[in-house]
Amino acid sequence: MTSRMRPRWLHPMAWWAWALCLAAAATRVTNPLLLLLLIAAAAVVVAARKPDAPWGKSFEFFLILGGLIIGIRVVFQVLFGASTGNTVLVTLPGISLPTWMSGLRLGGPITLESLLGAFYDGLRLATIAIVIGAANSLASPGKLLKAMPAALYELGVSIVVALSFIPQLITDFVRIRDMRRLRGRNDRGMRGYVSLAIPVLAGALDRSINLAASMDSRGYGRVSNQSTSSRRIVVGLLMASIVLVMVGLYGLFTTAAHPFLGLPIVFMGLVAGGASLWRGSRERVRTVYRPDPWLLPEYLVTGSGLAVLGIFLWAELRVVVNIKLWEQLHPSLDSWPSLPLWGIAAFLIALIPAIASPRPPSNSSSARQTNEREVVSA
Amino acid sequence: MIHFDQVTFTYPTSPAPVLRDISAHIAEGELALLVGATGSGKTTLLRAINGLVPHFSGGHLAGSVTIDGRRTQDYPPRELADLVGFVPQDPMSGFVTDLVEDELAYSMESLGVDQQTMRRRVEETLDLLGLSDLRNRALRTLSGGQQQRVAIGAVLTAHPKVLVLDEPTSALDPGAAEEVLAALHRLVHDLGVTVVLAEHRLERVVQYADSILLLKDGQLSIANPSSAMAESPIAPPVIHLGKLAGWSPLPISIRDARRCAGPLRNALVDQRPRLRAVPHSSPVIATVTDLEVGYGRTPVLSDISLQFNAGEIIALMGRNGAGKSTLLRSLIGLHTPEHGKVRLDLVTQGASHSADPSELNSRELLHHVGLVPQEPSDLFEAQDVAQECRNSDRDAGCTPGTTRALLALMAPAIVDSMHPRDLSDGQQMLLALCIIVAAKPPLLLLDEPTRGLDYPTKTKLVDILRGLADTGHCVVMATHDVELVAELATRVIILGDTEVVADGPTVDVVTGSPMFAPQVAKILAPQPWLTVGQVHDALARANKLEDL
Repeated sequence: MTSRMRPRWLHPMAWWAWALCLAAAATRVTNPLLLLLLIAAAAVVVAARKPDAPWGKSFEFFLILGGLIIGIRVVFQVLFGASTGNTVLVTLPGISLPTWMSGLRLGGPITLESLLGAFYDGLRLATIAIVIGAANSLASPGKLLKAMPAALYELGVSIVVALSFIPQLITDFVRIRDMRRLRGRNDRGMRGYVSLAIPVLAGALDRSINLAASMDSRGYGRVSNQSTSSRRIVVGLLMASIVLVMVGLYGLFTTAAHPFLGLPIVFMGLVAGGASLWRGSRERVRTVYRPDPWLLPEYLVTGSGLAVLGIFLWAELRVVVNIKLWEQLHPSLDSWPSLPLWGIAAFLIALIPAIASPRPPSNSSSARQTNEREVVSA
Repeated sequence: MIHFDQVTFTYPTSPAPVLRDISAHIAEGELALLVGATGSGKTTLLRAINGLVPHFSGGHLAGSVTIDGRRTQDYPPRELADLVGFVPQDPMSGFVTDLVEDELAYSMESLGVDQQTMRRRVEETLDLLGLSDLRNRALRTLSGGQQQRVAIGAVLTAHPKVLVLDEPTSALDPGAAEEVLAALHRLVHDLGVTVVLAEHRLERVVQYADSILLLKDGQLSIANPSSAMAESPIAPPVIHLGKLAGWSPLPISIRDARRCAGPLRNALVDQRPRLRAVPHSSPVIATVTDLEVGYGRTPVLSDISLQFNAGEIIALMGRNGAGKSTLLRSLIGLHTPEHGKVRLDLVTQGASHSADPSELNSRELLHHVGLVPQEPSDLFEAQDVAQECRNSDRDAGCTPGTTRALLALMAPAIVDSMHPRDLSDGQQMLLALCIIVAAKPPLLLLDEPTRGLDYPTKTKLVDILRGLADTGHCVVMATHDVELVAELATRVIILGDTEVVADGPTVDVVTGSPMFAPQVAKILAPQPWLTVGQVHDALARANKLEDL
C-alpha cells in the first residue's frame, strides 16, 4: 500500500487530530505501561513519517522536555508533596507548617509510594507533551496555518511565528556562543548565559520586527470592508467561546464540580466559536493555495486516534461494572502495574498512521538520489 | 508610476529629518538605482514607497508619495501589496512560511487570488527565476542566492507594478548576483515592471540602470547613469578608468569600455603592474594538512592542504556554500576536523611553538587567531562603545585604552556613548575589527568584511588591512567582492565543491576566470591589470598620462 501511495503532505489537521486523541487518552490513565505504549506509538509513527525539514527534527526536543517534566514533578514531590504510603525511603529534615497549610509539606519522610505516584503523574504529563511533539514534527506549522479558518488566521499567525521563533533562537544562541569564544571567553555557568542573553534577544527582536514588516507589506490582514461593529461581534463571540470551553473543560476534568459545568458548557462554547468563525470568515479576502485534500489516509489517521481514545474511554466507563478495570487504568502504588489486552490493541491501532499515511515529499536533492539508485538497480 | 512630492520624513526618536523635501518621479518600466552612503536614508526612502514608512515605522511624513495614483498616506502597506512588491535586505527574516512553494503563494493568498490563477502564477514564477528544482525545499536549507530569488519570486506572484529591492546582491557570490540581476532585467524588459533598487556594489548593477537616484544629506537628485557617474565620487572602477583615459562619452558597461580601450591597451603594452611582494622568507603562521570537515554525512571540505605566511593578504572565494566560512571556522577551532589537522605557529620572544586551535583554551586562542564574523554585532555585548572597548582590553590582557585608541584611529566618528548595535554596518565592522586586533593575533580572519559597506568605508578598510599585513599579520578574508580582492589581496584561493580549485597570486587566479575578474581586468584583457591605481601608476611612470 505504501509503495503505491504518491509522496505528499498528509493534511496537518489529521496529524493533530490523531495526536490530540492520543493526548486525551493519556489524560485518562496513570498506568505507566499504557503511557509508555502511547509514547512508543508516537515515536514509531514519527520515525516512519518524519519529513526531511527543519521542524521534523523537533521530536527529540519534546522527548527531552518529557524527561524534564518527570524530573521536575518528582523533585517537587520530594520537596513539597504530601506523603502517602508506608515505605519510607529517607527522611529529610523538615519544617512543620501551620495546620491551615495541610497538604503542603517541606522536607520530612519520603515514601516510595509518593515517589512512584509522582513519577506516574509526571509520566502522564510527559506523554501528553511528547504526543503533541509528534504532531509538531509530523505536520509543518506553516501547513497548519493554511488549514486554519480565515477568521482564526491572525491567532494562527502569532502561534506560528512563536513556533518558528524558538528554533531560530537556538540557532542564534549557538552561533553567538561560538563567537564569544573569539573574545577569549569560556562562558561556563550562569554569567556566561546572562551575557549571551542580550545579543540573542536583541537579534530575535530585530527579526520579529522584520517579519512583521514583511507580512504587512505582503498583504497580510487585508479585509474587504469589515465594519467596526462586525469586528466587535466576531471578537466578542470568540472570547465568549474560549471562556465557555475553558470552564466546561474544567468541569469535565474535575470530579468535584457540578455536573452542569461539564459537557453542556463545552457545547455552548463550541457553538459560540463556530458562529464567530462563520461570521469572521465571510469577510476575509483570503484564499488558500493548493489546500491539502482530505482523503482515505486522512480518515484512517484520524480514525486511528479516535479509536484509541474510544478504547480508553470505554475502559473508564466499564469501571462501574468491572472494578478490575480501575486497577488497570490507575494501578495501585504497591504492586507492579498490569498491561491489559485492550491496551495492546489500542497500541496497535495507534500505529496505523505509520503505514496508512503517505510519505512526506522529500526535497529535490534526495529525490534525485533515489532516482539514481533506481536507475542503478534497474 | 512613483511620485514623490516634497517629502520630508522624521523618525520619532530623532530631531532631524532623514529625508528633506524630496520631489521625484520614476516612470513606468524604469529601473532606478538608489545610491548613497551607509546611513543616508536609502532604506527609509525604499520603505516610503510601499508605505512601511510611516505606517509601520512611526514618525512624521510631510508631503506625499503617490504610487500609480494611490497616496501612501491613505493606504497602509497591506493595501498596497497588490501594487508594490518589497524585498527586504535579509530575505530569510522576511519569510513567513517554511516551504518554497508556499512562500511563493503567500502574497496571493492574502490578496484573495483564486485557485487556478495561483497555480499558474506559481509555475510561471518558478520557471522565470529558475526555482523549479527547489519547490519542495524548506526555505532554511537554501543558499543565499536561492533565498534571494525566492524572496523576489514571492513578491512577483502578486503581479506588482513596482518592485522595490534593498541590496538584493550584497550577500551573493558574483554568479548568483548575475542571475538575480538578469532576472530583474528580464522583468523590466518583458513585463514592464518598475524597479527601484538600492545597492552599494555599483560595479554589479550600474550598467542595468535607466536612472540613478543619488541620496545625499537627505536630498535626492536624479540623473541618467553616465552623467551621474561622471560627477559622483562614488563610482565603479570602469568609470574611474574611463575618466583616467579621458573616454567620452563615459562608458558604463564593460562592453562599451572595451570598445574605447584600444589606445589605452597600446599605451600599456610594454608595462607590467607593480605588485605588493611578500618576502619568500616570511614566517609560516598557519598550516592546514589534509583537512576534512563535514556536517553529518555531507563533507563540506575535503583534502585541503594550505599554508599561510606572515604579510600575506589572502582572499578566499567561491560560490555561496562552497565551504569558505567552514574553512575560517576550522582555523579558529570551531569545527573539529574529521581528518587531517590545523596547526597554528606562534613566535614569542624568538621561541616558536605550534598549537591546534581546537585544543587551545579561548584565552590563549585570542592571541593566536582572530575572526571578524559575518554579523559583527555577534561579538558585541556591552551597552555602549566605551564599555565594549574596556571589555576588549580586559579580554585581550592589554593596557587599558588600547582598543579605544585603535578605534579612534580607524573610525574617528564613533562616539563613546553610542550603543554598538546602533552603529552603521561599516562602523560595526570596524569596531569588531578593533576588538579582534587588540589581542594582536598573527592570523586575522574576516568573513565577508565588505557586505553592506559603502565605497569610502571600503577604502578605509583596505588601508587598515594593508597596514596590518605590513606589520606581520596574515589576513585571510572570505569574500564575494571581486573589486576588493583586486585592490587588496596578494593571493587568491578559490574553493568549489569542498576542494581547492585554484590557489595562486591574485593576478594569475582572477584574470583566468571571467567570474572572479575585476572590471579593469575585463576591459584590459589579456593584459594583467587589476585596478585603476595600477594603470595610473604605470602611465605616470612612462610619462604617458598626458598623451591620452
